[in-house]
Amino acid sequence: MTQEPTIDAKGLHLTFETNDGPVHALQDVNLEINKGDFVSFIGPSGCGKTTFLRCIAGLETPTSGHISVNGLTPDEARRARAYGYVFQAAGLYPWRTIGGNIRLPLEIMGFSKFEMSERVERVLELVDLTGFDKKFPWQLSGGMQQRASIARALAFDADILLMDEPFGALDEIVRDHLNEQLLQLWARTEKTIGFVTHSISEAVYLSTKIVVMSPRPGRITDVIDSSLPKERPLDIRDSPEFISIAQRVRDGLRAGHAHV
Amino acid sequence: MKSILPVLTIIAAVLFIWTLAVVPMNMHLTADQAQRSGAIVTPDTPIARKETNGIVLALKNPHLIALTYVGKRPNLPSPHQVGLEMFDTIFGKKVTSKRSLVYHGWITLAPTLLGFAIGTLLGVLLAVGIVFSRVMDKSVMPWAIVSQTIPILALAPMIIVVLGAAGIHGVLPKSVIAAYLSFFPVVVGMVKGLRSPDHMQLDLLRTYSTNNVQSFWKMRLPSSTPYLFASLKIGISASLIGTIVAELPTGAKAGFGARMLVGDQYGQPILSWAALFAAALTAAVLVGIISLVERGALRKMGMKPA
Repeated sequence: MTQEPTIDAKGLHLTFETNDGPVHALQDVNLEINKGDFVSFIGPSGCGKTTFLRCIAGLETPTSGHISVNGLTPDEARRARAYGYVFQAAGLYPWRTIGGNIRLPLEIMGFSKFEMSERVERVLELVDLTGFDKKFPWQLSGGMQQRASIARALAFDADILLMDEPFGALDEIVRDHLNEQLLQLWARTEKTIGFVTHSISEAVYLSTKIVVMSPRPGRITDVIDSSLPKERPLDIRDSPEFISIAQRVRDGLRAGHAHV
Repeated sequence: MKSILPVLTIIAAVLFIWTLAVVPMNMHLTADQAQRSGAIVTPDTPIARKETNGIVLALKNPHLIALTYVGKRPNLPSPHQVGLEMFDTIFGKKVTSKRSLVYHGWITLAPTLLGFAIGTLLGVLLAVGIVFSRVMDKSVMPWAIVSQTIPILALAPMIIVVLGAAGIHGVLPKSVIAAYLSFFPVVVGMVKGLRSPDHMQLDLLRTYSTNNVQSFWKMRLPSSTPYLFASLKIGISASLIGTIVAELPTGAKAGFGARMLVGDQYGQPILSWAALFAAALTAAVLVGIISLVERGALRKMGMKPA
C-alpha cells in the first residue's frame, strides 16, 4: 500500500522582499518526507534550509507552491500541534526550573496537573536528564540545556520533530554524544525528524535521507537515501559506506557552489 | 560587607572636602562677627576683607578658623552641625512634635508612597497598552516623553491650585505630582522589558499556538521583571523629589520641602541642610528596600545570582 507522505512540498517558492531587492530564499523545492524518516538538510548559509524547516512549521509562508504536513496546511498542522520545534539555542526560561520549562507547552495546551508531571518525568528520562527537573537552567551545561529543550519539544507527543541546528553551538565531543542519544531517541519514539545542520558527518551519521541544498537561489541539489543500517554505533563513521555517502554529500555541496 | 567599603570611602571623601570647604565659605562672616566682639582681625576693614579670598583670609587669621565651624547662621554649615541637628530633631523630639524630622518625614513619605503606587500602576498599565496596541504605541509614548520635559517646578503649583479649587487637599495633590514623575521610568522600563523576548522566544510560543494572553503571563511579564525593578528604583526616588517639590512653592506647613523652605526663609541653613540630608537618607532607604525586594524576587524566580 502507498502511504501519503508526512510532509509533502511541491514547487515551493519563497521570496523575501528586502531593501536590496528580492531574495530568493527557496526556489522550486520539491520533497517528500515519509513517516519515521530522519531527514537532514545540509548546505551553506543562505541555502534556505532553515527557511524550508520554518515553512514546514508554518512560521514562514511560501510565496507560491504547495506544502502539506500530515495532510494539513502547515498553519493547520501547527494549530493541531503536529510538531515539536528545537531551536539553535535552548531558549529555556531562566525563571523556570527544567521541569517548569518542559511544562510550558503543556500548560499552554491545557494538560492536567497529573498528566504534566507524568510527561515531564517521561521525557526527562528520554533525554537522560532524570532527576534534573528541580534544577534551574543556569545550573546545567550547554549540552544538558539543549537536551532539556528537546525534552520540551517531545513533551506533547507531536509525531514530527523539527530541529534547526540544535547542536551547532556545542563542541564536537558533546555533539557526538548527543547525536548518539538522538538516534536512540528516534529509534524509541519512531518520530519523523527534520534536522538542519551544516556538518556533513552529522548529517550522514543521523539521517535516512540527506537533502543537499545550495544558495542564491535556495534550492535542492541532491537527495540521498542513506544505505546505512538503522543501528549505528559511532564508529560506523569509519566504514567505507559512510565515507562514500559523505563524499556524495560533499560533491553535491561543491556542485551547488560551482556556478556561483 | 564588600559593598560597604567603597560607599564608606566616598562618604569619607565627601566629608573631608566638605569640612575643608567650611573654612573659606564662612571666613568672612566669622571675621565680621569676631571683630564686632573685639577680636583682632587682619585686614581690619570689612571692605578690605571682601576683596580678600576666603582661603587667604583664613591663613592670615588662623585663630579664627575654629570659629568658622560653630557659627549660628553659616553660609555652609559644618558636617557636625548638620549631624547634631539631625540627631536632635530625629531622636531628641517627640515624633508628634512640629520640630521632629520624623514627623516631617512621615508627612513627605505618605504622599511619596501613594504617588509611587499610583505611578507604578499607571506606568505598568500604559506599558502593557503600548506593547499590545500599535495605536497606543504611536499616541501615548510621545506624550509620555513630552510630559517629562515640562519643568515640574512650574507645573507643581498649578496642579496644587487646580486640585485645591476642586476641593482636593492634603495627601492626594502631592501624590499626583509624585506619580507624575514616577510613572515615566516605569513606562519606559516596562515597555523595554515586555519587548525583551527575542524572535526565537516568540517563534517558540508560536509553535505552541500560544495566544497573546498566555504569552503575556508566561513569557513577557516574567521577562520584564528585572527591567521593572530597575525602573522602580528610579521611580521611588523621583516620587520623593516630586513630593518635596510639591511642598516647596505651595506654602505647605509640614514635610521635608516645607522644612527646607523655612530654613531658607528664616536664615537657619542648618535646618535646611538637616532636612535635605534626611530626605536623601529617606531616598536611600527606599531604594535599598526595593533592592532587597528585587533580590528576593529574582532569587525566588530562580535567576542566577549576580
